[in-house]
Amino acid sequence: MRSGSSFLKGVAAGTPIALGYLSVSFAFGIQAVGCGLSFVQASLISLTNLTSAGQVAGVGVIASGGSLVEMAAVQFTINLRYALMGLSLSQNLDKRFTLPHRLLAAYGITDEIFAVCSTSSEPIRPSYMYGIISIATLGWVSGTFIGGFAGQALPESVTAALGIVIYGMFIAIIVPPSAKHKSILFVVVLAALLSIACRALLPGLSSGFAVIICAVVSSVAAALIFPKKEEEAAS
Amino acid sequence: MKIALYMIVMAGVTYLIRMLPFALMSKKIESVFLKSLLYYMPYAVLSAMTIPAIFYSTGSFVTAVIGTAVALILAYFDLPLIVVALSAAAAVFAAGFFV
Repeated sequence: MRSGSSFLKGVAAGTPIALGYLSVSFAFGIQAVGCGLSFVQASLISLTNLTSAGQVAGVGVIASGGSLVEMAAVQFTINLRYALMGLSLSQNLDKRFTLPHRLLAAYGITDEIFAVCSTSSEPIRPSYMYGIISIATLGWVSGTFIGGFAGQALPESVTAALGIVIYGMFIAIIVPPSAKHKSILFVVVLAALLSIACRALLPGLSSGFAVIICAVVSSVAAALIFPKKEEEAAS
Repeated sequence: MKIALYMIVMAGVTYLIRMLPFALMSKKIESVFLKSLLYYMPYAVLSAMTIPAIFYSTGSFVTAVIGTAVALILAYFDLPLIVVALSAAAAVFAAGFFV
């Protein structure tokens, strides 16, 4: 397959992500402008960060006049999961993925792009990942721009409904493999139960940190109880 | 000016976290345990991010539960991501008229 068609394949795989991002970043744009940023600044933050939770927390730090050290600590904690995802993705890269490509593509490691890449059966090519990242970034930045510029005009019933879009996409990613593999069902249910427990018992814990704890504990448990054999891991 | 500094710190920290493990890890992992761990990690991350946050995503617990149920059923039948996601939003929108 030529890299051009692999790029287009990435664009196709990234289109649902872009549509999901459009609605989530739309809400972010509204919020950022509400915090006193201009819609250009909000769009620039979306372009340079490409992450939902980190940006929402970052705008909160800006609005409350927090220090730059606090900003760095918040971003580190909330986005630490991307380090785990990058490590995981690094295991299934095509040999075309040289260092310059890795430096560039690292920009686009997000929850959703990771999910799509990590369920790819063949080694990931740079052009495939660039395809996903391009369309997803377009959705994320333009959604922020439109939300920041025109969001206040939308009825609340519409913005409320759009709030569920990104989670609906997560469900669409995790449910089908859970129905097929007992081991994945186990890790999904355990992570959900731990996450509910964190929210109920440790309300002071930031959501980014809670995700790290729940994900590590439940995947360690799954790895111990259901170790993947070589041939299964490839499927 | 201060906002520019905030933005540089935000973008810089976020990029480094993504780049360092992704760019510098060039060896294949041999350990079955680590391989299994990394295989399960995405499902664990997405599940922990979705539950319980999805129930607070619409401003109304009732409409969110209805939207979640619709997403679960459609996802179980393996429908495309965007169909599942937008149907959940449509269900929330419709339920909003009755709650």
